[in-house]
Amino acid sequence: MAIASDQSSEEDRMTPQFEKVAEKKESRRGFLLALPSYVYLIIFFVIPLIIVLVYSFATRNRFGGTDLSGWNLESYERIAEPIVRTILFRSLWLAFLTTVICLLIAYPFAYFLATRRPAIRNVMLVFVMIPFWTNFLVRNFAWRVILGNDGPLTKTTEFLGLGTQELLFSQKAVVLGLVYGYLPFMILPLYAAIERIDGQLIEASRDLYGSAWQSFRNVLLPLSMPGVIAGSILVFIPSMGAYVTPEILGGAKTTLLGSYIVTQFLTARNWPFGAALSFVLMAIMLVGTVIYFRKGGRTL
Amino acid sequence: MRLRSQKMALRPKGVFMRKDTKLRFVAAVAAFALLAIPACGGSDDEEKASCELNEVDGDLALYNWAEYIDEEQLAEFAEEYGINATMDVYDSNEAMQPIISAGNSGYDVIVPSDYMVSILIEAKKIQPLNFDVIPNASNISDDFSGLYYDPDGSHSVPYQWGTTGIAVNTAEVGTDFPRSWGLIFDPAISGDFDGQIQLLNDPRETMGAALKYLGYSLNSTSEDELNEAKELLKSTASRLAAFNTDSADEFITQGETVIGHGYSGDMFVQFLEQDNYEDYLYFVPEEGGTRWIDNMAVVFDAPHPCTAHTFINWLLSAEQGAALSDWNYYDTPNQAALDLMAEDPDGYYDDLLDFVRDPARYAGGIESLESIEDTGEFEINFADAFVEAKG
Amino acid sequence: MSTAVEPRGWAKLALHINGWFVYFFFYAPIALLVLFSFSNNRNVGIWGGFTLDWYQEFFNSSNAQGALSNSVKIAVVVTFVSVILGTMSALALERFTFRGKKVFDALLYLPIIIPDVTMAVMLLLFFGEFFELLDMAFGFQLRKGFWSIVISHIAFNISFVSVVVRARLTGMDTDLEEAAVDLYASRWKAFRYVTFPQILPGIAGGALLAMTLSLDDVVITQFVTGPGWTTLPVYVFGLIRKGVTPAINSISVIMLLASMILVVLSLFAERARHSV
Repeated sequence: MAIASDQSSEEDRMTPQFEKVAEKKESRRGFLLALPSYVYLIIFFVIPLIIVLVYSFATRNRFGGTDLSGWNLESYERIAEPIVRTILFRSLWLAFLTTVICLLIAYPFAYFLATRRPAIRNVMLVFVMIPFWTNFLVRNFAWRVILGNDGPLTKTTEFLGLGTQELLFSQKAVVLGLVYGYLPFMILPLYAAIERIDGQLIEASRDLYGSAWQSFRNVLLPLSMPGVIAGSILVFIPSMGAYVTPEILGGAKTTLLGSYIVTQFLTARNWPFGAALSFVLMAIMLVGTVIYFRKGGRTL
Repeated sequence: MRLRSQKMALRPKGVFMRKDTKLRFVAAVAAFALLAIPACGGSDDEEKASCELNEVDGDLALYNWAEYIDEEQLAEFAEEYGINATMDVYDSNEAMQPIISAGNSGYDVIVPSDYMVSILIEAKKIQPLNFDVIPNASNISDDFSGLYYDPDGSHSVPYQWGTTGIAVNTAEVGTDFPRSWGLIFDPAISGDFDGQIQLLNDPRETMGAALKYLGYSLNSTSEDELNEAKELLKSTASRLAAFNTDSADEFITQGETVIGHGYSGDMFVQFLEQDNYEDYLYFVPEEGGTRWIDNMAVVFDAPHPCTAHTFINWLLSAEQGAALSDWNYYDTPNQAALDLMAEDPDGYYDDLLDFVRDPARYAGGIESLESIEDTGEFEINFADAFVEAKG
Repeated sequence: MSTAVEPRGWAKLALHINGWFVYFFFYAPIALLVLFSFSNNRNVGIWGGFTLDWYQEFFNSSNAQGALSNSVKIAVVVTFVSVILGTMSALALERFTFRGKKVFDALLYLPIIIPDVTMAVMLLLFFGEFFELLDMAFGFQLRKGFWSIVISHIAFNISFVSVVVRARLTGMDTDLEEAAVDLYASRWKAFRYVTFPQILPGIAGGALLAMTLSLDDVVITQFVTGPGWTTLPVYVFGLIRKGVTPAINSISVIMLLASMILVVLSLFAERARHSV
C-alpha cells in the first residue's frame, strides 16, 4: 500500500516545473488531510507511549510501584526465559489458527453479501454487527452455557447419538470463541473490498478461464487482496492479545500472551516487565505487518 | 509510585513535521517524558481532615467492589444528608490502586483489601482518619484491632470480611471426606472427580492453598517451599476443569464442577439461591486458609473528605452494618451489628445467620486462618510460579 | 454501484449455506442470551420459568441505567470523530504523497497492535501528568470522566476506521475521480460527488467497527474513567465477580432492541429520502 510514494523521487528530474508545483500542492493537501490525526495521535498516543517506554527500563519497587531511577535492561533480559518463548509460540499458533478459520468463513460470506441486491446488502451487513452491540463478556458467557455440561450443544449431540462433547475449557473452545469474537473484523474489510469489484470483470474472466476456480484465483482474489490483508491484521492482532476468551472458555489452563501481560500489570504489579513485554510484542507485530503488506503488495 | 512533577510549564509550538521544528518537537516530547518521572518522596503533610461530626462538604464519590453495597442503602445515605452519592466499581485491588495512585481520581472513599491497605499507607495514597468524627468506630469488634496492615488502625476501618475455602456438592461427593486441601490436591481422595475441580485463577490464593496443604504459611517467602507448591500445582493442573475466579460459585451449582475453590460470601449467596441448597457445603480446610478483610479508607486527595468521614461513620452504625451484611452475605466486623442480628426478634436475619455465623465452617478454628500479606518483591515469584505451574 | 456476479450451480449453493450458517453462528448465542433474560433462575443456563424480574431490576437500578447511558453517549461522540479523522487519514495515505507519510502509516498501526492493558496504563499515566500540567500552567482543574474516555477511545478508533476505509480505497478505479477533478476543477467537489459515494460502504463499515469497539472496551475505559462515568462494560465486568445473573442479559437485550430500532428507523429515513 505504501509503495506509491517511492516512485516520485525517481521521476523528479524529468518532471517539468509546473507539474512540480502541482505535485507540491498535492503533497500539501495530503499533509493537511493527515495533519489532524497526526497531531491527535502524537499527543494522545505517542507521548503516553513514550512514558511507558521509559517505565520499561525502570524497576519494580517493593510496593509494586515503579521506581524511576536506576535504569536497567532487566525486564528485557527476562524475555529470553523459556516460559516466555513457550507462551509466545502458543499464542502465535492460536492467533494464526483463528485468522485462517475466520478467513475461510468470512471470504465466501463477504462474497455472498456482495451478491445480494444493493438495498438488502446494507441491512444484512448491519445484522452482522448487531450481535456485537451486546456486551462481549455476555457473549462469552453465552458460549460457555452453550458448550457447558448441560448445554444445548451436549443435548444436541446426545440427541443425535453422537455422545457427549467436551469442548468447554479446551483450546478448541478458545479458538471457537476467538473466531466468534473477531469474525466481523474479517467480514467488514473483505466486504468493502469485494463489493467494489466490477461484476463485469468477473463475468469476463469466467468466460476467459472457463472454470470458477481459475477466475477466482486470477481475478477475484488478487482484486480483493487489500481486504484479505486488512481483515487478517484486524483478526490476528487482537487474537494475540486476547485474554478474556481464554479465561472464560479455556478455563485459563494455559497462559497466553495477552493474559501474561495483564498478569504483569494487574497481579504481579510489575509494570516494567509488562511494558517490556508489550514493546516486544508490538515490535513483532509491526515487523510482521510490514512483511505481510509487502507480500500482499506483490500479489497485487 | 510517587508522582510529583517539577514545576514547569510546557507549550509545544509550531507545525510538527517541518524539518527545522522536528528537533524542537523531539525535545518537547523528551521534556514531557521527563515530567512523567517523579521526584523522590511523597507528599509530606499527613494531616487529618478537620471536620465536624456529620458534616458534609459535597457529594460522595464511592469507589467500591461491584455488588458490595445495595444501591438503595447508598441512596438512603444521600437522602439523609441531602447530597448526591455516586458509586463506581472495580474488580481487583490491582486495578484500583494505579487509578488512585495517579492522583486526581475524584474518589472520596475506597474499599481496599488488607494487603492493599498497607501498600496504600506506605505510598501515602490514603489519609489518616479523624476518629473524632467517627464515633461509631467503637462498634467494631476488638478482633479487628492491631491488624498487621494498619497496626494502629489510623488509616482504615474494616468494611466486611470473609474467607477463602472449598465448596463441595455433597450430592455428588458425599459427606465422607476429610476437611482438607487434599480434597483438591490429593488424587487418592478426589481422583474420581478429575475434570470437575476448579481453582481460583489467582497466584496468591491458589499458590497459598498449595502452600497450606504442604503445611507452610501462605505468605512464605522461601523459594524452596514455593517450588514445592509449584510442583504440587503442576501435578494437579491436569485434573482441573478450570482456573477461574469470577464463576467458582456458578460452576458448582451448574454442575460444571463438584469441588470448587472460592470466597465465602460468593458461595453463600449462590447456595441460598438453589432449591437444593442443603446439598452444598462450604468450609475452610483444617490446614487453614485465607481470611481477608476489606476496609474503608479516604483517598489522599479526596475532594470531599468530610462527606467521606460522615459516610464511614454512618455505615458503621449497628443498623447499617447489619443491612450491609444482610445484602452481601459477608461477615461483618461490626459487633453492634452482630448483636442486633443475634437479637433478631422477627427472624429477619435467619438465613444469613445460618451461613455467616456457623462456626463449623473453619475446620481448623479461626486461628488457622491467615491473611494474605504483601510480600514485596516476592510477589513476582508467586506470579511466575503460578504461570509455570500451569505450563 | 456494481453487484458482483453470483456463481452458478453448487458454488451458489455453498455460498448460500455458508451465508446462513454465519448468521446462525452469530445469533445462536444471542438467542440464548435473550431466552435466559426471561428466566426465573439466578443462573444463566438453568431455565426457571418465565419472568420479567430482571428487566424490572434494570429499570430499578440507577447504576445500570447510568452505565448504559454513559456508554451510548461516549460511543456516539467517539464514532463521529473517529470516522472523520480516520477517513481523512485513509484518504491522505491512499490518494496523496506527502512528507512523513511512511511514519504516519506506521504510527496508524500502533494503536491496533498495542495490548489493551498497556494502552490503558499509558493513558492513565498520561492523563495524570497532563491534568497536572494544565493545572499548573493555566489553573484548570480537570478531572477524568467523559472526555478522558472519549479521547482514549478515539485514539485507537482512528486506526481501525482508517484500515477499513483504506481496504475500500486501494485499488479503486481513480479514472472517474480524475475525470471529475478535470471537470469540476475542485478536489473537494470531486470528493463530494465521486469518491465519497464510492467509499461510503467502507466508511459505514468503519463507523460500525468504531462503535462496536467503543461499546465493548473495558480495560482502557476502566483506567481513564472518573467518578460517575462507569460505562456498561465496566459495570458488567464488576458484576461478574458476584455471578452472572440474567440481569446482565436483560441489559444486553435492551441494547440489542435499542440498536435494532435505530437501524429500522434509519432504513425508513433512507427510504423516505429516496422516494422523495
